[in-house]
Order: sequence, then structure tokens, then C-alpha cells
Amino acid sequence: MRYMFLVYSVERSDIDPVMLQSVAEQHRKVMSEAAQRGVLESAEPLKPTTTATTIRSNDGHPVLLDGPFAETKEQLAGYYILNCKDLDEAIEWAKRIPSGCKGGEGCIEIRPLHEGLAH
Amino acid sequence: MDARLAAETVFREESGKIIASLIRVSGSFDRAEDATQEAFAAALTTWPKTGIPTNPAAWLMTAAHRKLIDQVRRDRTVRDKEDAVRYEIEAFAPSSEPDLEDEPMHLPDDRLRLIFTCCHPALNREGQVALTLRTLGGLTTPEIAKAFLLPEPTLAQRLVRAKRKIQEAHIPYEVPPPESLPERLASVQAVIYLIYNEGYVAASGEKLIRTDLCAEAIRLGRVLRELMPKEPENLGLLALMLLHDSRRPARTREGKLVTLEEQDRSLWDQNETTEGLAILDEAWKLRQIGPYQLQAAISALHSTAKTSAETDWAQIVALYSKLLELNPSPIVALNQAVAIAMSSGFEEGLKRIDAIGESGQLNNYYLFHAARADLLRRLQRPDEAAESYRTALKLATNEIERAFLKDRLAAMEDALSRQSHGTPGENP
Repeated sequence: MRYMFLVYSVERSDIDPVMLQSVAEQHRKVMSEAAQRGVLESAEPLKPTTTATTIRSNDGHPVLLDGPFAETKEQLAGYYILNCKDLDEAIEWAKRIPSGCKGGEGCIEIRPLHEGLAH
Repeated sequence: MDARLAAETVFREESGKIIASLIRVSGSFDRAEDATQEAFAAALTTWPKTGIPTNPAAWLMTAAHRKLIDQVRRDRTVRDKEDAVRYEIEAFAPSSEPDLEDEPMHLPDDRLRLIFTCCHPALNREGQVALTLRTLGGLTTPEIAKAFLLPEPTLAQRLVRAKRKIQEAHIPYEVPPPESLPERLASVQAVIYLIYNEGYVAASGEKLIRTDLCAEAIRLGRVLRELMPKEPENLGLLALMLLHDSRRPARTREGKLVTLEEQDRSLWDQNETTEGLAILDEAWKLRQIGPYQLQAAISALHSTAKTSAETDWAQIVALYSKLLELNPSPIVALNQAVAIAMSSGFEEGLKRIDAIGESGQLNNYYLFHAARADLLRRLQRPDEAAESYRTALKLATNEIERAFLKDRLAAMEDALSRQSHGTPGENP
């Protein structure tokens, strides 16, 4: 069985760099052990929610929102990772994903990955 | 001309173009702003000594590019390992350095990219407005903060956040492709119009009109028209702002609000009226109707009416119908109801207003209650008029508008007390 591990944390701008480094070190440790045992599929940090864009349907028209705007009744149901040229291309893909963008309930939140930090 | 003054004038005119060009080259808003500021500082110290250059705009652009290259070089040695910098340099640095000494550079006008990026729908409206005024408008952070009556740190924070998102989420620095152009252009127009309206009816505070924001919005409207002259709604937007603006001198008298009906029409700015009408004409000829053109056309009918009584209200009602087709909003319907009241009678107008009110969407919109109060006043129903003026007063935030409502309310209360005490002669 494959499992997804969603990492939740408090975003702070005043985080202590030493602390940050220690957390990154601990992540690397878990990742390298998981890799050694052959269970690691992928693990990557996301950029903060200030970089998020949410797409939601309003009367069938996709509407963009600046930030993370999932409502509390909406639960994470799946994910895509797509390698796009820029945010515009990412938005075009998001509009095609069936969910809030296609008129149903829910939304798609686009968050850039922190390239190059995980490895 | 005084060299300092010349530098300031040229900078004001050219800074948008310069910043836009430097962002394309460096991929960074911050770098572009810094280099542009440094170039301006250089002009302020150099020009008084050497005289104003023959082509001051090209001088500034060249100096700014030079400052940018210095900056990138400095940073490259210091921060060579950082991904962000490497990305910027690899992706955006010019393949060869521009010739800094000789003839002025012939660079494409990058302001169109800049305006689309600043008004990108993935940025919130506050960020779009701040960034547009800062970069394209060349306003300083304190100037923008002052115009919006906000603390400087709040404004600075909005700018930082917007720029960071552009950089971190890779919002592209380009003119959108044709398929997304209409939607993206609408966003640009909305930002400019919002700046205008923020200036025209200051949402709160003691001044009704903040001229600086109105002037800035018109300037941005001119830039947008210059960059995309065949877009009828760009023309419509500019015409609309000019026509509104032409009435600004008559809109207040001794610090008090004067309604359109009561304005001294000789105070209207004839130059702005003439220009607005001409631009609207140009827009119509492109034969692609849109909400800004329709609003400008409505405004034009007021501009061309010699007296309030001569206003072609029937035509205004028709234009509102067209506008409602494109933009079915209760606020447009409210405006139409007022026009109907003026063309078909106050009773009919009131009926319309009450029908619009049934949805409850305008319950907290002070102009709804003010418009209703005004019709009741005209119908000589002071009791109900006073009630609506009181509701409007609870919702209005602008001091000058509040003063107007208070005056009207006092007049209604006067009428009421005369009624209850009986008019002289009626009661012997």
C-alpha cells in the first residue's frame, strides 16, 4: 500500500535559521533511510502559502484567488505534480482538473515546489 | 530649465519605461527599481554640473542599465551560489552589454509586459494596485500610502508580498497570448478604474476627491491606450475617466457636495470634456461595444446637456439597458432606476428601486438608500425620505457625503415639523 504523508506546520517569517537547518537535516535523515529501504517515492518541500494561487468555479467560470482558499469542509482528495513553464501554464492545467474548477465543489490550490532544496 | 526640475520631470515621464525594461533584463522588480532610483540620483547630481543632456530620456535609460549591470556583477561575486540569482542571470541577462557611451539605445517598450504582470489575476487586487502605481506610475511607497490613507509599512508589505509572489510562483513577464488577452486586459482596466474611483470618491476621510489618484489613473489610462490603441474598451475607459473628471471642479462648493443636477456647468473642464468625447467617438468607430464605452456614453450625455433639464434621460435609460445585458449587477439596475425616475416619473422610479431592493443585495449600499430617499423627497413624502436618509447615514463613510446626507435629512425633518405644527394660515 502506498501512503501519502502530508506535512502541516506553522508558517513563520521570523524562524531561526539554526532551527530551520536542523529541521531540514532531520527531513534528510528520514528521506535517506526511506530511500535505503526502498520505500521512498518522493518528498519535496512546498513554497509558503504566500505563493499559492487557488482556482475555483464561479457559475462555471474559473476564478483565480491569491492565496490558499480551501474551505474547512473541503478535504484534500489528491494531487498532481506537473512541470510547467510558468504559473500561467500551471493555471491552464488546473482549469482542466475536475473539481471546483469544473463547476463541482472544491478547488485546486497551486503551490510551487521548492526546487533543488530536497536533494 | 533648471537641471533638477528637468531631471524630475523626465524621470516622472520615463521611469515606467525604464523599470519595465530593467525587469525584462534582470527578471527582478527589486533590482530594476533600485537601478532606476540610482540612475535618477545620478541625474540629480550630474545634470546641474554638465547641463541637461540632449536626449535626457535616453541618458536615464542608459544610466539605469549601467547601474543594473554593476549591481548584478557585484551580487554575482557575493551571492554566486544562490539559485535565485543564477536563475535571473541565466534567464534574463542581455547577451551583450548595451553600448553605454554612444547613441541612445533603441529598446522595445516593455511597459505592456509590466502592466499585465502587475495586474496578473493571481495577485490580489491590493497588490495589483500598489505594484502598478509603484512601477508603472513611478510613485514612491510613501506617496501611495498617503494617497490610500494607509500606514507606510502596510503599503510596503503589500509591495513586498506581490513582488515575492511574482518571483517565487514564476508569474510570467509577458503580454498574454490572444486566447487569454480579453480576460487579462479586463483585469488591467479594472485596476486603473479602481485607482480612479478611489480618487474620485475617497472611501473614507474628509476629502471627497483625491486629485492625485485621479490624475494618476488618467495617466495610466493614457499609457494603456498608447500601448493598445485598437482596443475599444481602453478608449472607453479613458473617455469615461476624462468625462467624469471634467465635472470635478463643480462637484464640491465650499467643501460641500453638489449634485449633478445642481452643478454649475460652466465650471466643467472643457478640455477634458472635448477630449473625452473625441476618444469615445474613436472607440465607437471600432464597433465593439463594452461596459466602459457604455458608461462613458452615459457620462457624455450629461456632458453635452446644456442644462440639467435638457438631459436626454430616455437615451440614458436605453444605455443602461445595454449595460445591464453585459453586466447584470444590482448597482447598474439602481442607476437605471434613477434614470427612469427622471424620464418616466418619480413614482415609476421608486417602484423600480423597491423591486431592486427586494433581493437584499443592496441593503448595505448607502447609495441605494440615498437614491430612494431622494425620490421620496421629490415625491414630497418627507417621513419616509427621512427614514431612508437615516439608513444611508449609518452606512456612508466619507465625511463630505455624510454632510450632504445630514443636510438633506435636516431639511426633511424641518418639513415634517412644519407639517405637524401646521403651516401658518392653515390653522387659525
